[in-house]
Amino acid sequence: MAGALTRFFKGAKPQFGIVGPLVNSNAVAVRNQQSQAQAPPAKTRGSPLADCDRVFTNLYGRHDWRLKAAMCRGDWYMTKQILLKGSDWIVNELKTSGLRGRGGAGFPTGMKWSFMNKPSDGRPKYLVINADEGEPGTCKDREIMRHDPHKLVEGALIAGRAIGAQAAYIYIRGEFYNEASNLQVAIAEAYQAGLIGKNACCSGYDFDVFVHRGAGAYICGEETALIESIEGKQGKPRLKPPFPADVGLFGCPTTVNNVETIATSPTICRRGGKWFSSFGRPRNHGTKLFNISGHVNTPCTVEEEMSIPLKELIERHAGGVIGGWENLLAVIPGGSSTPLIPKDVCETVLMDFDALVAAQSSFGTAAIIVMDKSTDIVKAIARLIMFYKHESCGQCTPCREGVSWMNKIIYRFVDGNASPKEIDMLWEISKQIEGHTICALGDGAAWPVQGLIRHFRPELERRMAEYACTYGPSKAERLY
Amino acid sequence: MLRQPLTRALTLSSPVRAAPLAARTYAGPPPPPEKFEVFIDDKPVMVVPGTTILQAAAQVGVEIPRFCYHERLAVAGNCRMCLVEVEKSPKPAAACAMPIMKGMRVKTNSDLTRKAREGVMEFLLVNHPLDCPICDQGGECDLQDQSMAFGSDRSRFTDIHFSGKRAVEDKDVGPLIKTIMTRCIHCTRCIRFASEVAGVDDFGTTGRGTDMQVGTYVEKMFLSELSGNIIDLCPVGALTSKPYSFAARPWETRRIDSVDVLDPLGSNIVVATRTNEVLRILPRTNEEINEEWLSDKSRFACDGLKRQRLVTPMMKDSAGNLAPVDWEDAMVAAARAIKDCPPNKLLAVAGDLADAESLVALKDLVNRLGSENTCTEQYFPLDGAGIDFRSSYLFNTKIANIEEADYILLIGANTRFEAPLLNARIRKAFVHKETDIAFIGPKVDLTYDYTHVGDSASVVKDLATGSSTHEVLKRLESARHPVVILGADQLKTPEGAAILAYTQELALRLQDKLEDKNWKVLNVLQRTASQAAALDIGYQPGVGKALQDGPQVVYLLGADSGVVSRDQLPKDAVVIYQGHHGDVGAGMADIVLPGAAYTEKRATYVNAEGRAQQTLVAVSPPGRAREDWKIIRALSEVVGERLPYDSLDEVRDRLAEVSPALVAYGDVQDNNYFAQARALSQSLQKPVSGKVDVQLKQLEDYFMTDTISRASPTMAKCVQAVLKQKQSQY
Repeated sequence: MAGALTRFFKGAKPQFGIVGPLVNSNAVAVRNQQSQAQAPPAKTRGSPLADCDRVFTNLYGRHDWRLKAAMCRGDWYMTKQILLKGSDWIVNELKTSGLRGRGGAGFPTGMKWSFMNKPSDGRPKYLVINADEGEPGTCKDREIMRHDPHKLVEGALIAGRAIGAQAAYIYIRGEFYNEASNLQVAIAEAYQAGLIGKNACCSGYDFDVFVHRGAGAYICGEETALIESIEGKQGKPRLKPPFPADVGLFGCPTTVNNVETIATSPTICRRGGKWFSSFGRPRNHGTKLFNISGHVNTPCTVEEEMSIPLKELIERHAGGVIGGWENLLAVIPGGSSTPLIPKDVCETVLMDFDALVAAQSSFGTAAIIVMDKSTDIVKAIARLIMFYKHESCGQCTPCREGVSWMNKIIYRFVDGNASPKEIDMLWEISKQIEGHTICALGDGAAWPVQGLIRHFRPELERRMAEYACTYGPSKAERLY
Repeated sequence: MLRQPLTRALTLSSPVRAAPLAARTYAGPPPPPEKFEVFIDDKPVMVVPGTTILQAAAQVGVEIPRFCYHERLAVAGNCRMCLVEVEKSPKPAAACAMPIMKGMRVKTNSDLTRKAREGVMEFLLVNHPLDCPICDQGGECDLQDQSMAFGSDRSRFTDIHFSGKRAVEDKDVGPLIKTIMTRCIHCTRCIRFASEVAGVDDFGTTGRGTDMQVGTYVEKMFLSELSGNIIDLCPVGALTSKPYSFAARPWETRRIDSVDVLDPLGSNIVVATRTNEVLRILPRTNEEINEEWLSDKSRFACDGLKRQRLVTPMMKDSAGNLAPVDWEDAMVAAARAIKDCPPNKLLAVAGDLADAESLVALKDLVNRLGSENTCTEQYFPLDGAGIDFRSSYLFNTKIANIEEADYILLIGANTRFEAPLLNARIRKAFVHKETDIAFIGPKVDLTYDYTHVGDSASVVKDLATGSSTHEVLKRLESARHPVVILGADQLKTPEGAAILAYTQELALRLQDKLEDKNWKVLNVLQRTASQAAALDIGYQPGVGKALQDGPQVVYLLGADSGVVSRDQLPKDAVVIYQGHHGDVGAGMADIVLPGAAYTEKRATYVNAEGRAQQTLVAVSPPGRAREDWKIIRALSEVVGERLPYDSLDEVRDRLAEVSPALVAYGDVQDNNYFAQARALSQSLQKPVSGKVDVQLKQLEDYFMTDTISRASPTMAKCVQAVLKQKQSQY
């Protein structure tokens, strides 16, 4: 789930004098473009990634994940030198790279880290790594943690150095038993090798890494709920402001980052931000793990360049849609909370933040759920809403009451036992939830419904007509 | 028991909240933060940094609807009713939690705001039962009012015809609070009150999403002496008063402002009545005393006003049973007994609930008859300075100032049960101001952590003489605003005089060193509502000496605590009892004169701080009962010593003659004779060896302490329920 819920982090940052997320990222982009004035013209689309450019070299677990093998693959190489270059250098390198948070919200990582460089008021700082990967469809962080855990541990150290944290807490979802186990072993190896702990990598910098296992609540992937959960409380999101950068874990300044973001950062520091920013379109730089699941011939997790066309991604890595591209019905492009896009949009859309926003969807965690024509699309979305209803923390009214109400309505839509007028009502209810809640779970629940109504309204109406034909007018017709 | 987590504390002590308090805390107040301009509905307003949108709006008189927000509780921000549009922000902001920024333009009446409110309102109602006609909250329900003002004019709840509304099982949280949890809108005010103010973490939420429930985790009683306040806090009818259930609608009742007399604080109350019956008692805001809370005894003991009442004068008949008689017969008999009695054998004893008017009238009468024997039931050591100085027997720090204290020493005062709202203040200081507390006495649960300094009286001596090695002494001496509170229970003990003398010594020693010369350290916490006024008027505390003289006529003015009993009196002594309840006093009386309870008379009470306040007539006295001062005035005429006042105003003139403080309603004066009191008491600083004990140790001891609460069936149920809860494994 991760950053899908942190999406609103970008929405409200008035203290930086910048209003919206777009403006935020614009500022970064402008800076990047200036710095590479003589660089080759900006890319307009991504292309298949060369093997030498992959960040995650053991994604499929074909090699050993332990320290020795990881070092052979280049992890922990020159980490000391990176640490000694100091916080500003690391943050700058991240800014140059254009890396945007991989948890779903896509907030520029370099900028996020730079918020932590305020003068200290005596409180310690913490790095929290969000490994509560719960968004349906998303399965990238688990691959990192079970096959390449040292990337994450090294990334934690570098990110910790960049923000001046004294410890990192990795909050891993409870269901990831083997992943937590591998990660714990990797941390122990790193401690034993002196890579973390006191005087980490002989850099004079003390840094601890702790693993905290969650209990399997989706909402604990929201950054403030995650912090509450680490503190031992019910995982209920906090009000923002104050943001975690001011008051976070145990009341101290905290940065919360996704596993993939952190695990990418050592490679960026080693190979340079320029290298990373050479991938993808402007403002959507880098490489990214894509999860392709659903009605494809070979579902997979694959690292690809940002801005690669969706169609190419599916055809090249997932063996194409079952029954051929023409059999495609719709795709959920970024994890279950993002609005679906129908086939005609899928033909051309690029997989990056901006292109999907333009397609009225969202990049999210890049978890692509492919649905072919055998799918009962209404039932599929209804099942997602049931998930959100079940995972709503119940703290704030619109989400607690609204999502369960939507759930009731959409299950009637599955049978067609509803009035066509209720489609607009459902749309309105989803709008009443969106943007009115404490965290972004409400939005995540509202968007799939909006996507369904936006693109499959005729299907909904057809079902209602069919129901009326068979059983007579729905009771809702009389009531509403 | 825990202090606020830092995050909460930070939200709570936003500059606005903290500013007035902080300014008082430090000797040199920091410069006030610079104000900046913001716009609420285009109206400019200057605010200090940290102000929330809601507070800024309140400054220009714009009320933003809210359910979960309450100014005395931490901000939760979960009801979302207070969403408002902020210019240049894509989504509405929760006004209760969002700090307002410089130049921010808030629109509280725009389309976006109205739609947001309407949406939230709809969500709140979608699972709220439509049982307003049978809901006790009807007429004072925030949800009703706000749905009228901000809700949609039509319903689109088609789904309730398919799958119904959510239903939640009711919880049993004791005999005071009725829960109808289906009505709950999950504002969590009750949870926050319980954990922040009451200091009892019994409430919380279980489940999540639409299955979230507010409750006590396991079925148990809400074990707090402040539990009734969550009824007032609940914005809907989920928590209502059990004793008051289905009794009346708010618009049917008359509301009379009054003052509570069941503890020494004199909390301000509203008495709701209908057809000459007290239906319920609610708190009335008074920042100096009770804020807006009320303790359970004060709130729920009012049904005791209808039971065990003395409604007619009575006299003992030949068989020795009390039989109803006319006022005239009772008066004549009482007057004859008084006239036949040698002056020095006449004894008047004032009880816990006596008002200042009747106290002064009785004293005047007894004095005119040549006797000086007017006593209170509660003892106070008379050696040394005794009661010569008001400062010796009052709560000098004042209740509200407790919030500024940085170290509090409680000597044998279980404030939690002797004065629950004082304890709530101490807890407030503990939670929000990092105040630390030390306690001398038996280990009791005060709802906050304290340093237990043992229960030996010699600890007081060691602290006073400076010979203690305990860290408490160092903390007290380094405190900017230390407070020492001595419980009145200690004064009754044989070593009471010495403990008082040592406490005075300690307090004055601390006070002399303070930078803040206006700060008062010494406090004596009286146990009853009448004691301060009685001592002001000149009653002798305690009946011990007067009883030894073998009085012939004993006039009990509501004296029911049992310090006077038949065994101690000569066989032929005549006992005249004037009061409102048939309790200990009436049981031993030969002549009973029915008086009025505090809800039935306009009368003056002086609280523990020395603050005079008056009750008003909410209902008329039952049967042939009369206002107390009038009974004494009438009796004086029959006795032949007519008291020179015919109206309440004239009695109050007489009170003013005795002490102007008795009629300075609402005011409390500073007392300044600590040094003199210490000088006179120094000879009393003798070695002490006893234990410091308190009378009220457990919650079950709290509920029934005076005639009204002893007559109250609700209070009896509370005692039963608490005892039963204690046997439970939870």
